[in-house]
Amino acid sequence: MSSTLILAAEGVNKAFDGFKAINDLNFYLDEGELRTVIGPNGAGKSTFFDLITGRTRLDSGKIVFGTGVGEEITSKKEYEIYQMGIGRKFQTPSVFTEHTVFDNILLGLKGHRGVFRTLFTKLSSEDRDRIEEVLKTVGLFEKRNDQAGSLAHGQKQWLEIGMLLAQDAKLLLVDEPAAGMTDEETHKTGELLLSLAGRHSIIVIEHDMVFVRQIATKVTVLHQGHVIREGTVDDVQNDPEVRAVYLGRGKH
Amino acid sequence: MRKPENLILIIGALLLLVIMPLMNAYGTAGSPLHVSDYTINLWGKYLSYALLAISVNLLWGYTGLLSLGQCLFFSLGGYALGMHLMLKIGKLGQFYKAGNNPLELPDFMVFMGKTELPGHWIPFHNFWFAALMVFVVPGMVAFLFGWLAFRSRIKGVYFSILTQALTYAASLLFFQNKFTFGGNNGLTDFKTLLGADLNAADVRRNLYIATVILLFTVLLLVKWLLGTKFGKVQKAIRDSENRVLFSGYATTTFKLFIFVLCAVIAGAAGALYVPQVGIINPSEMTPDKSLEAVVWVAVGGRGTLLGPVYGAIFVNALKSWATTAYPDYWLIILGGLFVLAVLFTPNGMAGLPQQIKDIIAWFKRRAANRHAEAAAATPA
Repeated sequence: MSSTLILAAEGVNKAFDGFKAINDLNFYLDEGELRTVIGPNGAGKSTFFDLITGRTRLDSGKIVFGTGVGEEITSKKEYEIYQMGIGRKFQTPSVFTEHTVFDNILLGLKGHRGVFRTLFTKLSSEDRDRIEEVLKTVGLFEKRNDQAGSLAHGQKQWLEIGMLLAQDAKLLLVDEPAAGMTDEETHKTGELLLSLAGRHSIIVIEHDMVFVRQIATKVTVLHQGHVIREGTVDDVQNDPEVRAVYLGRGKH
Repeated sequence: MRKPENLILIIGALLLLVIMPLMNAYGTAGSPLHVSDYTINLWGKYLSYALLAISVNLLWGYTGLLSLGQCLFFSLGGYALGMHLMLKIGKLGQFYKAGNNPLELPDFMVFMGKTELPGHWIPFHNFWFAALMVFVVPGMVAFLFGWLAFRSRIKGVYFSILTQALTYAASLLFFQNKFTFGGNNGLTDFKTLLGADLNAADVRRNLYIATVILLFTVLLLVKWLLGTKFGKVQKAIRDSENRVLFSGYATTTFKLFIFVLCAVIAGAAGALYVPQVGIINPSEMTPDKSLEAVVWVAVGGRGTLLGPVYGAIFVNALKSWATTAYPDYWLIILGGLFVLAVLFTPNGMAGLPQQIKDIIAWFKRRAANRHAEAAAATPA
């Protein structure tokens, strides 16, 4: 494994009741890269995220995370994988609606996760500064004392991205961030992700081609659990095979 | 929001801990300033139930774990102390007096034909051992059960059903009397606790006071807990466990901790309940008892600090009255109350003042709007 890679998935297979959701998948991500993954429904995009975050176990193959030699994450638990520095934003916004915006970031904040630590550790001023910094990055500082449940849809998505930033996640897995957003919100989300690339490595799953064009330098196309093409947005959009399986079916 | 809660805590503590016992000890019988021994005993029972309700609420209201087996832990705590009380009957037992029980075994064992005390009963001669078991036994059972259930990712309604099955299985076990826990009749006819006569008014008053002290200690503990980061994680588990899991918290450990803590609280409540009521039997751990505790919490206010206390006192006071006035209709009243609470008072009795305020504000706004409309319609 080369030293600039942060994630390498090799020969990964995953079947559900005989249906091959992921089929001999090979995927490599450089440190600091912002990658977009596209593909028709059922192409295995979300399953791929499930495998990386430990939500489902792969049948064969391996996933290695981290620069340098890296560490195999195949058999680790969700919270262990998270603690290694992989953060995930779900497709539907999942924030803690009954907590304030501030507390949401607090819960995501890097630090000890044990029962006794959470009972007896007080919030330090550095923690407070860090939380406020994250809130400013995602543009929710003014809303910090509001209940997260009262936020608009787009703001919830940003809050969830903020929770990943608070953890100092090295790798951000972002599942359809623009879904259900207005054009303006979508654009702001794109700018946010672009500003985070470099400091973090990011994989974005997305359908909205306008959004993909805004953020993408390199696009990976998944089809039937397999990578069929990798390249720039233009390369991918002009590729006859990709058109056949994906783009040709939709309006794009 | 915070201030009235503290005020209620202080007034409540003053009333229950100081004024009521004083009125019981020094009030002359018949005067309006007198609190009868019966009332003190009754309130001791209500407040033990309030502790049980707090444990249900801490799980259901704050962690999203609806345990329908909380009465099992309450009963286990009760049995642990009850076993000690049985052994202290000693020479006052009927069979001993009749001269055919020289070993001073509990009467039911003589009746069963036992000739010696079963091994697991022997250490309960010691009060401190029994007191320790009040916490340890419910805690251990909760730990084992919780560890298995949470590790297997059993959630939601499946968790509720399993807890119900657990308490049902335990009640069947205790009903059978195989393990010499007294079968149907359970443990009863207690005489003394630490040498004090359990039927004496001052002893009963002290038991009541002990219950009040434990109640307020637990309330303060819960209040503190909810303010820590642990409390925030706990509520986050209730609202979106997946997000907590993918935020790097081992939710299993958090749930296990709170489940064991609640079992210990319930066990302590049971141990205070038993000497005040004078009996513990397996009907206390049947699933419907646990369901009743859930109703107290729903009526009092799920997910509020004081709601479970209000609910336990109110529903049980209503039960005391209804079971004499309308004995056939009690279950219908209880069910109706639950339905009404769920439909109309989302935050129960604890949320009622706010709800009333909101309604008044709504009427005021409407009146103001009408006034404005009327003013607009009739130009000066």
